[in-house]
Amino acid sequence: MNYKLIFSIAKSLLLARWKQTLVAAIGVTFSITMFITLLSFMTGLNKLLDGLILNRTPHVRLYNDIKPSNEQPVNTAVTYKNYYNFIRSVKSSSSRQEIYNSGAVMQSLVQDERIAGIAPKIIAQVFFNDGTIDITGLINGIDVDAESKLFYFNDYIIDGDGQDIKNVPNSIVLGKGLAEKLLANPGDMVQITTSKGEIFQLKVVAIFQSGILEFDKTLSYASINTTQKILGKANNYITDIQVKLKDINKAPALAKEYAQLYGADAEDIQTANSQFETGSSIRTLISYAVGITLLIVAGFGIYNILNMMIYEKMDSIAILKATGFSGSDVKKIFLVIALTIGFFGGMLGLLFGFLLSSVIDNIPFNTAALPTITTYPINYNPVYYFIGFSFSLITTYLAGFFPAKKASKVDPVIIIRGK
Amino acid sequence: MSEIILEAKHINKYFHDPVTVKVLNDITFTINKGEFVSVTGKSGCGKSTLLYILSTMDTDYEGELLIDNESMIKKKEKQLASIRNEKIGFVFQFHYLLNEFNVLRNVMLPALKLNKLSAEQVEHKAMEHLTMLGIQGLALKKTNQVSGGEKQRVAIARALINDPVIIMGDEPTGNLDKKNTEIVFDIFQRLSTEFRQTLLVVTHDNSFSAKTNRIIEMEDGNIIRQ
Repeated sequence: MNYKLIFSIAKSLLLARWKQTLVAAIGVTFSITMFITLLSFMTGLNKLLDGLILNRTPHVRLYNDIKPSNEQPVNTAVTYKNYYNFIRSVKSSSSRQEIYNSGAVMQSLVQDERIAGIAPKIIAQVFFNDGTIDITGLINGIDVDAESKLFYFNDYIIDGDGQDIKNVPNSIVLGKGLAEKLLANPGDMVQITTSKGEIFQLKVVAIFQSGILEFDKTLSYASINTTQKILGKANNYITDIQVKLKDINKAPALAKEYAQLYGADAEDIQTANSQFETGSSIRTLISYAVGITLLIVAGFGIYNILNMMIYEKMDSIAILKATGFSGSDVKKIFLVIALTIGFFGGMLGLLFGFLLSSVIDNIPFNTAALPTITTYPINYNPVYYFIGFSFSLITTYLAGFFPAKKASKVDPVIIIRGK
Repeated sequence: MSEIILEAKHINKYFHDPVTVKVLNDITFTINKGEFVSVTGKSGCGKSTLLYILSTMDTDYEGELLIDNESMIKKKEKQLASIRNEKIGFVFQFHYLLNEFNVLRNVMLPALKLNKLSAEQVEHKAMEHLTMLGIQGLALKKTNQVSGGEKQRVAIARALINDPVIIMGDEPTGNLDKKNTEIVFDIFQRLSTEFRQTLLVVTHDNSFSAKTNRIIEMEDGNIIRQ
């Protein structure tokens, strides 16, 4: 088949009615632009909102929960094996909160290929003393390097330097809300009382703001060593191991595996934060629905314009057929016309979509809840560009298909006779 | 010496809308190479209908049609299109040029479709034809910038481009003034005598048909004289 000829005829037909062509192409351009912008913005926002929680939540958390033992001694006794034992007033066991053999557990986790990284943590409950007032709070003992790498700890520091808790002995990073209550600034000293009644003086090195007010009012961070000292524990005392995986979807399975392997409790992120998954997938769905609706509307526009063009070009179609172009040639010509509109309209749409998202990306967006964000979030994912472009070709093909089929069925005798 | 180019055998044709009417009745004739044949008759006698059947564009008929000793019966739409492309040249009453293209491109199109020669060769050949018809100066003009008589000559150049075995004309002078009618007739005459081109022209202009080699006269769907 002589495609060069078909393309040249299609081009001439398109250029002969370039205004109509332009209108049709603008329709496609507009819808692709909006599709790209909408999805980039929406998913950018999704990522941001999810990041609020998900970035700071380990994919799998290993810890020892306070709970009653599953196995009560009487049930394991051989004598009472065939009895049904009623046990009342069961109490949670006084087992240690620390993870047994934490050093070895961490070493074996680091070697696991499915894992992106681990960060140990100790949680200590303390009172912050401010004159006569005691404020309850939590100190998270963290490895600041691992925490920054896996959970973007540094992003949330708004004043001072978070790394200092590693370098300055007996130092602490306070939540913004907590610091305001204590009237503390970096460089000041704060006094804490542990649950065992011991009193410590800690130096404030930085202030952080997580974006979640409740956290900021109670949370503070110190190094693992400092926290161990506060609690009066040995330097192998670790209460939590936070695991970040390479593939977040494997979290539930791995949580089960680790719970069994290390004899600790393990919680996966999906169980801990199931609502986020649902929220973001529905928002994405809505963006797709709007984008695709726009494209379909543009498709109807192309359909109309091609239909009109075919009525206008009846004579030309008849003469093409009389001089030896077959129905399928004519059909190809009109399909090429439709696809050309889709191709160029789509390309321009991608370009404008990119430009519009860049503009949105530069609009200032300041909110107290999100200290690291200064402009509206945009997700420049090439997948949306690919989907947008494929869709512009598919809709224009479908919009062109029926008019093209009609053109291929034009009977030249009727047209030539009809004059 | 007489080489048959076109042969119609017992062709019957009906129109079904609104009632079934027989418009062609047992049409049988042959056209030999180099003949300049005209089909005449009053309006509605079926001469145009016959031409559309002979041109392979109308396939709804009974009987058999052979072009260049090849039966047109049971051929697919695509095969018929390529036969029209290669073996038949058309000149219509209304010039039917494509307004989107210039004159030269219009002439070249059927040859580009045939795709036997390169684009340069086709262009060269098209220019030769335009020169022969005395309209080489119009080659790069848009078709809506040339006059009716000139358009018809462009249409003739287009009909000739693939060296067809037969050229068919449907009232080719029906829309032209006397002077242009003479020019077009002279061209046909020249093609017939100089190039031994076979021509079949439907016309109701008796002065035109009188000058052709052979007249097929029709009335009410029958051939009454040939």
